[in-house]
Amino acid sequence: MKIYVPLDSAAKALGADEVAEAIVAEVARRGLAVELVRNGSRGMVWLEPLVEIDSGSGRLAYGPVTPQDVPALLDGTLAGLGPVEAIPFFARQTRLTFARCGVIDPLNLRDYEAHGGLAGLRRALEMTPAQIVQEVTDSGLRGRGGAGFPTGIKWNTVLGAKAPQKYIVCNADEGDSGTFADRMIMEGDPFTVIEGMVIAGLGVGATRGFVFLRSEYPDAIKVMNAAVQIARGAGLLGADVLGSGRAFDLEVRVGAGAYVCGEETSLLNALEGKRGVVRAKPPLPALEGFMGRPTVVNNVISLATVPVIFEKGATHYANFGLGRSRGTVTLQIAGNVARGGLFETAFGMRLGELVNEVAGGTATGRPVKAVQVGGPLGAYMPVSKFDTPLGYEDFDAAGGLIGHAGLVVFDDTTDMLGMARFAMEFCAVESCGKCTPCRVGAVRGMETIDRIARGDAAAVPILTDLCETMKLGSLCALGGFTPFPVMSALTHFPDDFATRKEAAE
Amino acid sequence: MHTRLPVPSDAEISALIAPHLALEGPLLPILHDIQARFGHVPDRAQPLIAEALNISKAEVHGVVSFYHDFREVPAGRHVVKICRAEACQAMGGAALAEQTLARLGIGWHGTTANGAVTVEPVYCLGLCACAPAAMVDDKVVGRVDAARMDALLREVGA
Repeated sequence: MKIYVPLDSAAKALGADEVAEAIVAEVARRGLAVELVRNGSRGMVWLEPLVEIDSGSGRLAYGPVTPQDVPALLDGTLAGLGPVEAIPFFARQTRLTFARCGVIDPLNLRDYEAHGGLAGLRRALEMTPAQIVQEVTDSGLRGRGGAGFPTGIKWNTVLGAKAPQKYIVCNADEGDSGTFADRMIMEGDPFTVIEGMVIAGLGVGATRGFVFLRSEYPDAIKVMNAAVQIARGAGLLGADVLGSGRAFDLEVRVGAGAYVCGEETSLLNALEGKRGVVRAKPPLPALEGFMGRPTVVNNVISLATVPVIFEKGATHYANFGLGRSRGTVTLQIAGNVARGGLFETAFGMRLGELVNEVAGGTATGRPVKAVQVGGPLGAYMPVSKFDTPLGYEDFDAAGGLIGHAGLVVFDDTTDMLGMARFAMEFCAVESCGKCTPCRVGAVRGMETIDRIARGDAAAVPILTDLCETMKLGSLCALGGFTPFPVMSALTHFPDDFATRKEAAE
Repeated sequence: MHTRLPVPSDAEISALIAPHLALEGPLLPILHDIQARFGHVPDRAQPLIAEALNISKAEVHGVVSFYHDFREVPAGRHVVKICRAEACQAMGGAALAEQTLARLGIGWHGTTANGAVTVEPVYCLGLCACAPAAMVDDKVVGRVDAARMDALLREVGA
């Protein structure tokens, strides 16, 4: 019998380690022959710790399991959820990037290979760099970190650059609230990130890589570091990748608690050991990146998706999606929500279907007031925009952005003026200080929202004007996109800004 | 958990710098190792790092002061980080943080009088689907309510 207990940090935060310990103790007491596997998470966080038992006829799910449930779990008397892959939230997904996450032992390379791992890399090793880049271009993959820039075009720029050394940098500085896909894949299927980076290296002619991983993710850091060691030992990384004679190696570097380092040029400065201030573009990192050398900077999910594109072919991947948003989007449903977690699906599902049907509305049972899509720099979408399809262009047209595809649900008790003020406060705390609209604008923004809160209606046009300045004048998305949450709160929820004025009068 | 150590010697600091000198961009790894060892980046470390990397003391100081993680004075014996970001706010994170700080009689970044606990804000632990979230040293905790927070604080001696 095999028992799976996730090692994912969301599962651990809900007691998975204690459940695993209780299972080990009870199994020993009963003298049972049980193999305990610490897998990644299936992404159904409301059911964590989600324990799976495989007695030879498929994996049956139980959750949330407490240590007190363990004797009944082993007796077979604990009420279960049935086959894990038949749970509706899971069954309606299209899992490409996350196909292995929660299924395999994250640090077992043989398990990884048995589930399709390394097939993509083996295929890439037979291709020329130009063919590799073309395959990514044909897949339609766009940067999953938020900007949605076509990955193939970025790779092609680096491929075309002449330099003695090029680099692949994996942006694992996932600081957006409501997002945890990077963390989940690094904890649940780290080899797919490594494989994606190796393919990127072969494609653009880079032999060195870095994973820049935020310090707020201690569990992901441990798993990624262990995976790199194993990959090196198995010849997946090193001077002779899988015996091909081609070299690629990488290092995990830990961030130091600066949100702005999720911005690629600021990240590069941090990697170089400098203050994480934003660099002006041009030059593009693709031409002058890490140490001034041509560098691919891709988000974790973008790189983690590369292996499946090579395993199944660009066309297979591109056949999913909507318009220019090809493939799958790894949605993260969070905040005040009944069924929160990771939901991978083809682009195109409507926001309302996701929030109300898939996620089951709010955890508190109250009506949804707003959903912030795309992290702290994303717009608050009111219920009236619930028919917006999840696609880059569609969200743009609706005045929002998909960003890293995190959704934070809020119920009707939320004070949107407070949320707008928080957006400005966050920008002030995390601003790198290089450009004035962000550094000064965020502080003035807080003060202006405080004036509105005190009943000063004349401050509303000032806030609008300030947001316009930040949007147009900031060097990066931190100052440039903070107006999204602020202005969407002001536009869609004017009552939250007006009632205070009346109360003051 | 950080233990309070006597002022480190130059040799101890240099021994932590040396293994990183061959790296491309060694400063953050050096600072992380020094902080992991001493619980903060001691004053004396900055000129030693500057000399080893052939950069100015001002550059080292600029980096230490830029990043939220690096401390120039030691924290309490345990660090409790409470998430302030949106997903946790949607589940009552702001009230939880306020109550916690009030119960301990400190503000953000403050340390309890007995030196047991420093409380810091954090902006997202990636536990957004089991909010509100907190981290005690390196251990993550989800769906934290007042009772859970009390238990966590008792465990670390606050």
